[in-house]
Amino acid sequence: MTQSNNKKAMPIKVLYFASLKETFGCSGQQLSSDEVNTVGDVWNVVSAGHTFHQSVLHSVNQEYAELDTPVKAGDEVAFFPPVTGG
Amino acid sequence: MISILETAFDPWQSIASYQQNMHKDGEYGACATFVGTMRDFNQGDTVNGMLLEHYPGMTEKHLEKIVVAAQNQWQLLDTLIIHRVGELLPNDPIVLVATWSVHRKDAFEACRFIMEDLKSKAPFWKKECVVEADQQAQKNRWVEKNTSGY
Repeated sequence: MTQSNNKKAMPIKVLYFASLKETFGCSGQQLSSDEVNTVGDVWNVVSAGHTFHQSVLHSVNQEYAELDTPVKAGDEVAFFPPVTGG
Repeated sequence: MISILETAFDPWQSIASYQQNMHKDGEYGACATFVGTMRDFNQGDTVNGMLLEHYPGMTEKHLEKIVVAAQNQWQLLDTLIIHRVGELLPNDPIVLVATWSVHRKDAFEACRFIMEDLKSKAPFWKKECVVEADQQAQKNRWVEKNTSGY
């Protein structure tokens, strides 16, 4: 199996939490890694057609990330509103 | 130790039993604690209950990172963090942070540091069940942001 076949087989796992989960109507989705290179690309694909009233935070593999953070096949990318624990 | 609990806990009992099992009697001269408890009001409205959501995996990872950052900055003998998730009622403890050190400065400052970082960065979200001041009916709303503690 070539590298590119491997890449195609492994999607990017996208997760939503709290109010974003409600906005999207689901807790996540899978995205082909061929379509996207950064967190910002992932956001542009998934957020199309939705309106957000507050800032959105993002993480890659459970660590805070920036919009220009690169993403690759098999990564877990999450989007969520400002945190309110404690 | 870091613990995310889906059921109610007694912070004072948790501190007592954790301290007993630390086996550091005679070593620590200070223990600083913070306990956060659920109120029955927010922004002028009555709050009847709350649902606490989190990001399993990232929550633990982030809290571990906070503890390491605190250990790098202060001389700590041990730390205990307990945070509730799931359904909560007014007066339920939400969070416990306890720090142990030889002298009070390290325990005090590290406890504050951990708590403030947790409030601003740990991936937890609160959804309140409220009755607004001028309304009769209950409704659910997400808490929008935490206020700064400093």
